[in-house]
Formats: sequence, C-alpha cells, structure tokens
Amino acid sequence: MSEQSGKTGAVAEAPAMPARLVVASSPHIRTDESIPKIMWTVFCCLLPACAVGVSVFGIRAAVLLAVSTATAVATEAIWQKLTGRPVTIHDGSAAVTGLLLGMVCGAGTSVYVVMVGAVFAILIAKQLFGGLGMNIWNPALAARAFLQVSFPVEMNAGWPVPKWTIGGSPIFDPKYYMTAGQATAAGKTLPWGVDCVTGATVLHEAKEGLKGLTGLSPDLWAGSAPGCIGETSAIALIAGGLFLIYKRYIRWEVPAAFFLTIAALALVLPMKTHGSGGAPVYTWDYGPLFHLAAGGVMIGGFFMLTDMVTSPLTVKGQVIYAIGAGVLVMLIRNFGGYPEGVCYAILIMNTLVPMIDRFVKPKVYGTDPKAARGEA
Amino acid sequence: MAEASLLREFTKGLIKENPVLVMVLGCCPTLAVTTGVENAIGMGAAATLVLLGSNVIVSVIRRWIPNEIRIACYIVVIASFVSMTQLLVKAFAPDLDKALGIFLPLIVVNCIILARAEAFASKNGVIASALDGLGMGAGFTLAMLVISAIREILGAGKIAGIPITGEFAPGSVLQPATAFVMAPGALLVFGLVLGTIAALRLRRTRAEREARWQAALAAWREVETARSGPKRAKAGG
Repeated sequence: MSEQSGKTGAVAEAPAMPARLVVASSPHIRTDESIPKIMWTVFCCLLPACAVGVSVFGIRAAVLLAVSTATAVATEAIWQKLTGRPVTIHDGSAAVTGLLLGMVCGAGTSVYVVMVGAVFAILIAKQLFGGLGMNIWNPALAARAFLQVSFPVEMNAGWPVPKWTIGGSPIFDPKYYMTAGQATAAGKTLPWGVDCVTGATVLHEAKEGLKGLTGLSPDLWAGSAPGCIGETSAIALIAGGLFLIYKRYIRWEVPAAFFLTIAALALVLPMKTHGSGGAPVYTWDYGPLFHLAAGGVMIGGFFMLTDMVTSPLTVKGQVIYAIGAGVLVMLIRNFGGYPEGVCYAILIMNTLVPMIDRFVKPKVYGTDPKAARGEA
Repeated sequence: MAEASLLREFTKGLIKENPVLVMVLGCCPTLAVTTGVENAIGMGAAATLVLLGSNVIVSVIRRWIPNEIRIACYIVVIASFVSMTQLLVKAFAPDLDKALGIFLPLIVVNCIILARAEAFASKNGVIASALDGLGMGAGFTLAMLVISAIREILGAGKIAGIPITGEFAPGSVLQPATAFVMAPGALLVFGLVLGTIAALRLRRTRAEREARWQAALAAWREVETARSGPKRAKAGG
C-alpha cells in the first residue's frame, strides 16, 4: 500500500514543475574527464622531458618540437575543413601526436623531414583511418617508422652532442665526434644550431661493442646523452608518467609489465655486438638498468604503449600486449640490425591488438554454457 | 555487332571497368613493379600483348573447349603467350627483362588475363575479344603508370629515370621519401589511389541518386498539381 501511495504522490507532484523533468538514459553520474582534458594533461606531462631535451640539445630542439606540433595541428585542421568534418584541434590529440613525433626525432633532423613526418602522422596514420579513436597504429610512431624508412640518411646523419654533461667530460669516444670545423673539412655542413655531432647514440655504442655509458651513469638518467630530443631524460619521463598514473589516465600495469619484461630479458639475453675481428661477440655487460634508461623505453612505455586508442581494452589484454612489446624490444636490440627496437615493437603490438582483444574477451555474465548447466 | 558497341569493348577497360583500379585484379604486379614509370610501361606492354593473344585464341577455340577443363585450357594458351613474350623481351629489351625479373613469367598467373578469358573471350567473338584484351591491357598499363609516377616522383625524385631538377634535386632541402619506392610505399600509394577513386565514384553515385530523386520529386509534384491544382488554387485564393 505504501508503494501505491508513493506513486500517487509522485504523480501528484509531477505537474508542479513539468519543464524540469529531464529523462535520460544512464549513466547519470559522470566525472568531468573529457578528451581535451586528458590530452592536454598528457601534453603537459611531456613538457618536462622536452625542457630537458631543449637544454641538452639547444634551441634547435625547441624549433623542431614547435614545428612538429604546429604542423600536426595545422594538418588536422586543414583536412577536417576540406572534408567538411567538425574541426577538433582543440581536443589536443593532434598536438600530442605532433609533440611526440618531435620528441622521437634527433635534434639534428632537418625541419622539412619533421614536417613530412607530422603530415604523415595526422593525414595517413590517423585521419585516413577515420580520425581520433579509429587509428590502428600510434600516429607518432607510424610517422617515425615512415621517416626511418624514407630518410635513413637524414634520420641518422648525426646526433648532436649534449651541451652539458654531469661528469663534465665527453662521454663518448671522440673518434665518433664531428665538430663544425671537421665537417667543413670533410665537405659537409652541420645543421644550424648544432656545434658538434656524434655518429653514435648510447645504443649505437653498445651495438658497436664500445663501453660507453653504463646503467648507473647519471648522464643516462638525466638526459645528457646523444639520442632523440625527448627520449633521453629518463627521470623527466618517469615524472610525467607517474603523474598520468596518479591521475589514472594510464594504467600502471602497462608500463610495469613492459619495464619488467625488458629488465628480465636484459638479465637473460646477451647482446650481439660487433667484435673487433668482424665475428659477433655476445655480451651480458649491459644490464637491466642500461636497457631501461637508454633509447626510447621510457617514452614508449609511459606515453606510447599506453595510448588509449591503440592498446587492448582489458587489463589482461594490456599486460599481454606490454609483455609482447618488451620481448620484441629486447629481441630487436640484442639480435636485430637496428640498435633500437621500441618503435617497431610498439607498432607490431598495435597491429596485434584486435587479436589480443579477441583472445581475452571477457565472458558476458550468464552466457557460459557450463555455468548454465550448473557444472562450473 | 555495331561499331559503337565494339568501341565500348575497348574503352570500358580504361576507366569504367579498369582491371586494377575498379575490379582490383592483378594487384601483385601492380604492387611489385611500379617502382618506376619505365618498369610500369614495360610490364603493361608485356601484359597487354599476352592479353591480346590469349583473348583472341580463347575466343577462336571457345566452342571446342570442354567446360570441365576450361581453366586448364586457358592457362595453356596464356602460358604459351607468356613464354613468347618473355623470349621477345629477353631478345630485344634485356634491361627490362632484368628489371621485371620473376614478374615477367608470373604474368601467366595474372588474374586479369584469366579473368578476361573466363568472363569475356570465352563468350564473345574474336574481334570483340581482341578489343577487350587491348582495352583491359591499356587500363592495366594506365593504372600502373599512375601508381608508378606517384611512387617515382615522391620516392626517388625522378620521372622515368630522369631526375627532377629544382627543389627535388639531390642535396637540396626537399628530399624524396625513399619509403615510396619500397614495399610499404607500393601498398600506401595503391591504397590511396583506390581510396580516391572509390570516393569519386561514391560522390558521383550520390549525385546521380540525388538527381534521380529530384527528377522523381518534380514529376510527382507535376502530377499532383495537375490533379489537385484547381482545388489548391481555390484554397490558396
């Protein structure tokens, strides 16, 4: 009876304010999270690593980062305008893609190459697949792979030598250095804003069997080592990544599984290096700390592997995906032709995401035939 | 057969029923040998020769081919022409032979040729089949020409082996993107060309549908006005 009266009461009340009755389907309680908020937070979390990159490699690094970001945003705006779609550059996804691409290019890369990469990232890798949320591969990494194949000379011509080091002395074998004077003598010119380049990044050196930085070198963690603009500073990337985990924009399981896999394999697998006599030499000298801090593992693990669009839907799937990426990184680094494998490892795992998702598909409650028969 | 329809057998292969861009046949050579315009023309010419020969012969013997083993018979005919073409190319264009490599003998399994034998030559007269073969061959060459030109310009900064001067010249700022002459570039450019054509066709279909709808609407309005015009006019007045 009380139910009855309640209903009657509701009916009686209803006519009092008919205009305010909003009928909507669930969910009724929402957070204030949105794509722009998440994307701009990610963008800000990348900035510390960019700042270190600019301080290590000079003003040229800042120009490349700015050009890459601006080109990506402009490409997205122009494409959406031309095809009559709503222009969504305010959501920050194009800016994040552009910034990430700039961060995974060396500071000696030409501006033109970076622009081509940014256009490729947005136009081919993102918009042609249907735009945000539809792309199969991380756009920045797809563009990086495209640039690597397209401009092999440009992308690896020379890595600017850090402007400062914590030890104060040059970290690398000077025979790999080329100063502006030496470049002129050799009939080459260094890119503007670069005083001195080296032919080898940290991982190149390891591949060549040279004992350069070890996993305990403060330079390797602080970022004052040759490499791509935004990947060298492990500490700044960890700070940004931890903030994203704290905000729960990325799951801690993904970078954790990725890093643990790499660390474990670094203990087990030897690295195939070029010996002096031409025969390969297998060495266990480069430990887990070296493999975690060198190259793109930190930026890849925190900011690219965790890309919401190109990673699996369930936690279980994401862990499988992160472990797979870690295995591929170590296989490419230790036995492959390239010194670094993070880019290709993540792209390959991006490709496998639909399969992983199918493999770990959660059971819909009540659809398990065994449970229905009472066997489970 | 009327001349106009014979002409159509030739022209349909160029655009409307283009074997590569519309029917998506013969993808393997399209992807593999479109690294340069010269290769594309050579491949197109060789395939056209085979297509012409096999279409004519299949059409001539179509009444004697037993239905159950027709595919095998077509393959024998096609393989004969491929062998001839290969020997001709080896004799008169050894460089082209070297550039095309295995893809020259592989014309024998090019699905455009088998498709035309099965779908057209086995059902039509000799002259129509010959024109169909020529048209399809020309369409194949045209498609490969488009794809190879894009790939060569973007990927090597050349067209038909001649370097493009100016901004693309070696050593200047704008460098060609090597990926376009490599395998990923083949798939990328092929996909982009197919996508562009699909978009254009879609736009045209939509425009046609819209036009038909408008015409139908106009006709319906006319009928409606004729039927109830006086009444409406009265109401309006």
